[in-house]
Formats: sequence, structure tokens, C-alpha cells
Amino acid sequence: MVNKFVKRLYTTLIFLFLYAPIIILIVFSFNSSKSRGTWDSFTFKWYIELFKNQEIMKSLYYTIIIAVLSAAISTAIGTFAAIGIYNMNYFGKKVVLNLNYLPVLNPDIVTAISLMTLFRFMNLELGFLSMLLSHITFCIPYVILSVLPKLKQMNKHLAEAAMDLGATPFYALRKVIIPEIMPGIITGALMAFTLSIDDFVISFFNTGSGVTNLSITVYSMARRGIKPEINALSSLMFITVLVLLLIINNRTSKDIERRGEA
Amino acid sequence: MKLKWISYPYVFWMILFIVIPLMLVLVFSFTTGNLSFTLENFQKFFQPLYLKVLGKSVDLALKSTLACLILGYPIAMIISKESIKKRNAMILLFVLPMWMNFLLRTYAWMTLLGKNGVINFLLTKMGFEPLNLLYNDSAVLMGMIYNFLPFMVLPIYSVLIKIDKSLIEAAEDLGASKLEVFSKVIFPLSLPGVISGITMVFMPALSTFVISRLLGGGQYYLIGNLVEQQFLLAGDWNFGSAISIIMMIFILIAMIITSKFDKDKEGGGLW
Amino acid sequence: MKKSVKILLMILVGILISVSLSACGKSGDKKTLNVYNWGDYIDPSVIKDFEKEYNIKVNYSTFDTNEDMYVKVKSGGTSYDVLFPSDYIIEKMIREDMLLKLDMNNIPNYKYIDDKFKNLEFDPNNEYSVPYMWGTVGIIYNKNMVKEKVDSWDILWDEKYKGQILMLNSQRDSIAVALLKLGYSMNTRDLNELQEAKELLVKQKPLVYAYVGDEVKDMMIGEEAAMAVVWSGDAVFMKEQNENLEYAIPKEGTNLWFDNIVVPNTSKNKEEAELFINYLCRPEVGLKNTEYIGYSTPNVETFKLLPEELQKDKSAYPEDKDLVKTEIFKDPGDFVKEYSRIWTEVLVEE
Repeated sequence: MVNKFVKRLYTTLIFLFLYAPIIILIVFSFNSSKSRGTWDSFTFKWYIELFKNQEIMKSLYYTIIIAVLSAAISTAIGTFAAIGIYNMNYFGKKVVLNLNYLPVLNPDIVTAISLMTLFRFMNLELGFLSMLLSHITFCIPYVILSVLPKLKQMNKHLAEAAMDLGATPFYALRKVIIPEIMPGIITGALMAFTLSIDDFVISFFNTGSGVTNLSITVYSMARRGIKPEINALSSLMFITVLVLLLIINNRTSKDIERRGEA
Repeated sequence: MKLKWISYPYVFWMILFIVIPLMLVLVFSFTTGNLSFTLENFQKFFQPLYLKVLGKSVDLALKSTLACLILGYPIAMIISKESIKKRNAMILLFVLPMWMNFLLRTYAWMTLLGKNGVINFLLTKMGFEPLNLLYNDSAVLMGMIYNFLPFMVLPIYSVLIKIDKSLIEAAEDLGASKLEVFSKVIFPLSLPGVISGITMVFMPALSTFVISRLLGGGQYYLIGNLVEQQFLLAGDWNFGSAISIIMMIFILIAMIITSKFDKDKEGGGLW
Repeated sequence: MKKSVKILLMILVGILISVSLSACGKSGDKKTLNVYNWGDYIDPSVIKDFEKEYNIKVNYSTFDTNEDMYVKVKSGGTSYDVLFPSDYIIEKMIREDMLLKLDMNNIPNYKYIDDKFKNLEFDPNNEYSVPYMWGTVGIIYNKNMVKEKVDSWDILWDEKYKGQILMLNSQRDSIAVALLKLGYSMNTRDLNELQEAKELLVKQKPLVYAYVGDEVKDMMIGEEAAMAVVWSGDAVFMKEQNENLEYAIPKEGTNLWFDNIVVPNTSKNKEEAELFINYLCRPEVGLKNTEYIGYSTPNVETFKLLPEELQKDKSAYPEDKDLVKTEIFKDPGDFVKEYSRIWTEVLVEE
């Protein structure tokens, strides 16, 4: 059918668009020239150099830890916040929501410097904790933005019905509300992770004591030319995550099919 | 319901990490170096030079948001209609490119779009004339779409997958055409997701500037550039803070206006 | 679902452990040294050798611009021991009492630094800093696309090369080019001169392909443009990658830049910091760094160890006569707001 063909074509084009730079990155990770401007010859040497580079490995470590932690914590806080906000009165809801969007709306540099100044007032030495706190701060609004639509879509009376039937509010929360809004929670977690892994400005100004992340390392290299080891690392990360996700997806879908859900 | 208390941890967090820094920014914007109250930082902004910058930023943000909506909604629909296994995989694949470092991705676009870049290389090999793909409005818009599309698609998708199929069937049974089913049933039900998407794209798009700097080659000078310049190069934190406050007010006004079109939904956006 | 979640968690933990093992070393009771430098601006083996020789752990972090580094250090939440700022920022930091005076008795290798790089305007008497790398700013051009002699900033305004010119997206560097072309000082505080420079830059706009940042290197190597304004160190790299490229220092004069090593007053390990600075001034260590980074060394003994063709490379080591008309950037203080305003006007004006 034409319809199906159009859909296929559109989907392919969009994904091609999304992946074009990634393919370039991967291809150039095998380029023996340090410059993007020329292609010298095919080589694996950057992949080998990568693992000898302690600085990049250290950045990778902190990047992943901070991303996982901030995604987890911000998803938890944000989900509960969204549920609570949804149940607030009109005035409270407006105030809290509008304040919530400030980190989304402000230029990164403003969020970064105002947080840095705050940490100074709190006499907190810049390091792992300050970087984690700042990441959580800018991730939570996105979680809330992801969960709220699902709450609105959810039938308001489901939770009430559960409680009428004798469930405690907490049980209703666990067994009724959360499963209903789960897609929003997962989307929020995904976005929080994505934002955290790629953040530069806020991370740069709120870290210290040798804690650094991949973005800081990459941006700092820009003046001298981004080392091809970074391309190799990005390619490896990409392949790893791709494989992992496909494996998990395969298994979870099998579970769902087995249990007979649709 | 008594469930609103579970939001209080976040309210506390917000006061500490959002409200207090906001107060700091406010203090900066109303003072000069010697901490005396002044409005000159705000007055400084209302010159044609800086208003032009604001105008260009708003223009680009609006175009990017609209483009993301037009391009993103269909793909969200297509993915949401697939089987669970396929759509989970597809949505993850959609987000995956965002996990590559932003600077690297943008540099890769420059490798693709340059005069001697990959696309022109392929074009000339096939016998066509090379195109001027970089350092123009289209390149910047494309870069913005590339960066923000997942933020539009994800919330819309998460709402679309839970739309009650029986509603759609009922509408079809009652004789609605595909177009009517979409405009009267599907789209209105997906509106909360759409509004979230618009919020998550428009607001950061207004203050983004690295994309326009790299792909626009300096022809673009946006509010984000200006704020960064004031904080880092000019050392004028007061003026930079004032600009941020002005932007916040501007967005609040914009959101008030749009919420007038959004009467009975309580809006995932502001107001 | 539970099983695959468990597997995912195990894999994640496994990755984290293996990465952390390769990343973190053992610190124990060793003294630590916090070094804050530009990205990729030191040979990694130099750090490893230093750590081994003196049993000091080096905590290495990177920054991307002088201004970012300045804001971080000024805010006070950090305790870096060694920084590598550029000339004008050092001047600013000295003025604002952010640096510690160095005890030159602990840095005897300072004697290897070329006298012509000592006691410069931004740190007269070298009380606070020791030179690390230096260079010039000039025009890099593609021999095949530019057939005439390149020796003046005028060529960047030549109609012939419309759409083939790259300028730097940096307010001070580009305004400096215009000021130098007009014969003024690139550190001027004269508003009339700045206004003239602005008009010159606006006149140039239609000819400029783009105002670029660090991507200029890849662009010139990829032959996307005929000429660009670049730093000498990058020029050496670019010439290596593409033999069609040449570097020239304009006769009107140019910017002479320095990256020096300083110790901020937030440092808690001044002795170890001075030890590190002294180590970097050793001829063989300087050689390693110069070869790795590719920029020009201010160390006379290191220079002697370089291969002959590099010593003779005029881009990296111009003759003294070419350096006569050079200026070093000064910190404009509050006046930088004027520079910022002018630059905004240049970029916004249609």
C-alpha cells in the first residue's frame, strides 16, 4: 500500500538524518589522520591508544556514574513531585510549575554560575557532590515534564476507586498510579540520562578536585584539536549501548509476550 | 487526595537549588559593582542592538519548535503504532544519538555539510554541482531540529501509546474519516504530550547558541551568545543577569498568551 | 523482566569496576598536586614521569578558555596548585591578587628560558609566572588558491577572495586584526579607533565565509577556504597535514602570545607546585612537551634539541626581525565592555 510505503520512507529518512553524524564519527575513528579534513588510511590505533589514556578513562568513569546517579535520583524525586504537583490546588500548582521550569529556560551559563555561587555560599568545595547536585537540579524539570502528561491522561478515578476498595494511599500509588504513568517515568529517566551525559557548561562550573566528565574533556580539547581517541571512545560507547539495549529489549519483550499482555 | 505531600521533598529541593540561585540572579540584575540598587542593567538592554538579538533568537526558536512539531508528531505516531518490542527498540534508537557528545555530533555535521564535505563529495562524484550547505539559515535550523527532535517526540510518543484504542474504533464506527479521527480524537487526546514537547523544545531553543555559532559561522548572534559574552568575556554579571531575567519574563508572557488557547486542559506548560 | 534487569545491573557494575580500575590510581598518603591546564596541552608521559620521580600524585583537570578558567578560580571553590593561563589573564590575575609570588630559588631551571621571553609587560620581573609555550598570530593560506605574496592584513579585505576568508569568532583577536591593519595598537582604549576598526570589520563581512573557532584547523586542511587567521602553533600542525598550506606574519605587526605557568593563591601545595614548574623547565622535559604539543618552546636548551628543520621553520620560530612589530595582549579591565559591545555590533549589523 502507498500509505505503508510512505511511512517506511519517512521513518527511514528520519533515522538516516539522526544517524548520519554518528556514522561519520565512527568512520573517522578509523582515520589515521588527526584531522577531520583529510582521510589518510584505515587504522585501529586510536582504539588502542584510547585505553592507555588515563585522563579519558577517568572522564568516562565519572560521566557514567554521574549520569546513572542523577538519572535515578532525579527520576525518583521528579516522579513524586509530579504526582504531588498534580494533586495540588490551582495556585500552588502554578507557582511550583513555573519555578520548576527555570532550569529549562535559563541559558546554561546562568544556571551554572548561579549554582556555583550558591555552592560558594554554602562553603561546599566544588567536586563530585556539587556536580551531582547540579545535574539532578537540571534533570528533575524534564522528568516532571515527562510524567505530568501521563498523569493528565490517566483516569483520575482509578486511584480513588482503589482507595474506596480499601487500598492505602501508598498502595494505590504503587499498584495503580505508577504503572499507569510508567511510560512517562521511563521517558523522563531517559531524558535525564541523556541530558546528564552530554552536559558541559553546568558541569564545568560546578566541579573540581579532579572530577571531570567527558564533555569537559572534549570541549577542553577543542582548541588543540579533538583527539581521535575520543572518536574511538564514542564509537565504542555507541556500539556497546546499542547492543545492550537490543539485548534487553529482546528479553523484556519476550517476557511481556509470554505473560500475554499486548 | 492526600498525595500532595510527596512532592514536598522536591519543593524543598527547589527552594534550595532553584529559588535561591534565582534570588542571586535577581540581586545581580538590580545592582552594579558596588551593590547599589539600579535599573541601568535593564535599561541597557532596550537598545535596538540587543532587541534585534532577542528578535532573532525568538524567530529561530519558534521556527525550530514548529519544525520539530511538524516532523516529530508523525514519527511519534508511526512508532507508537508498532508492536511493543519494535517500538521500544525504535524509541531507544531514537534517543541513542543524543548520547554522543554534542560537540562531536556538530563537528560531524560540518564534515558532512562542508564545501569539500561528504555530501558534496558524493554529489560531485555523481556529476552534480556542489551545494553551499553550511553557514546559512537552513544549516542552523537543521542543527536545531537535530538537537531537539527527541525532546519533542518522546513526550508525544509516551501519551500516544496509551490512547484508548476503543475511542478510535468508536469514531471510525460512527463514520469518521481518517482525517477526522486524527483531528477530533487522536490529536486532542495527545495534547498534553504536545504541550510538554513544545515546552521542552522552545525554552532551551531560545537560549541555545552553540549550534548557531558552529553551523551559522557568526552570522547568528543570539541571546545565548550575548549572555555568555557578558558573563565570561565582558565580566558584566549584572547585565548578563538582567538579560536572563528579561528572558524569563518574556517566556512567562508568551506562555500566558498560549494558555489562553488551552482552556480546559490544565496545561503541562506554565499557567 | 526482573532477570534481565539483574543482568543489566551486573554488566553495568562490571563496566564501572573495570573502568574505575583503569582510571583511578592509588593515592594513599602521597602528596597531591592539582594541575589545571588547557586540554591536550602536556605530554601525558611527562606527568607520569614526574609522579614517579617525586612520588607526588598529580590530579589533572582541563579547561577550554582563559575566561572559563578565570571565573572558576575566582569563585574560590577550587584548590588548584598550578594553572596555565595566557598573557592578558595573568596580568588581570596579578592585579586582582589571585596569584602567589614564585620563589625562584626553587625553580633554578628558569635560567634555561630565553631572555627575550622574560620580564614581559604582563609580569615584569617574572615574579608570578614562568613561560611555557609561545607563538604568534598570522595568516594561513592555501598556496594553490592564493597565488600572490601574502604579507599584509590587507589581503583579508581583498574582494578577489570573497567567500574564501575565515576570521576568528573571538572579539579580541578579530578586532585586533582590524586595529593592526589601521596601524593602531591592538590594546587601544580610544573609542574613535575602535569605531574605525568596527567599520572596517563590518565592511569585511560580505567577504567572510564564516567566523570560526577551533574548527578552523580542519577547515583549512580540508581546503574549505583560501585563508584564515590562526595561531602559529596550529599553523605548524596544519602545514604538516596539508602541504599546500603556508603561514605568514603580516608586516603591520601581530599578536605575540604566551601561555605561562602560575600558582594561584588557592593552592595548598606551593612547594610541590614550584617543583613541578621546575621540572617542566628541564630541557628534555621541554623537548617532550614541544614535540607532543607542536607549539614553540621558550626554552633555549630545548630549542637546541629540536630537529634542524623545525628550528628553521619560520612559522614556529620566526626571526627576530619579524617580531619587531608585535604586541602582547593587555588586560583591558573594565574597558572590555566596549570591546564586547563593538563585537556584538559587528556580528549583528546586516
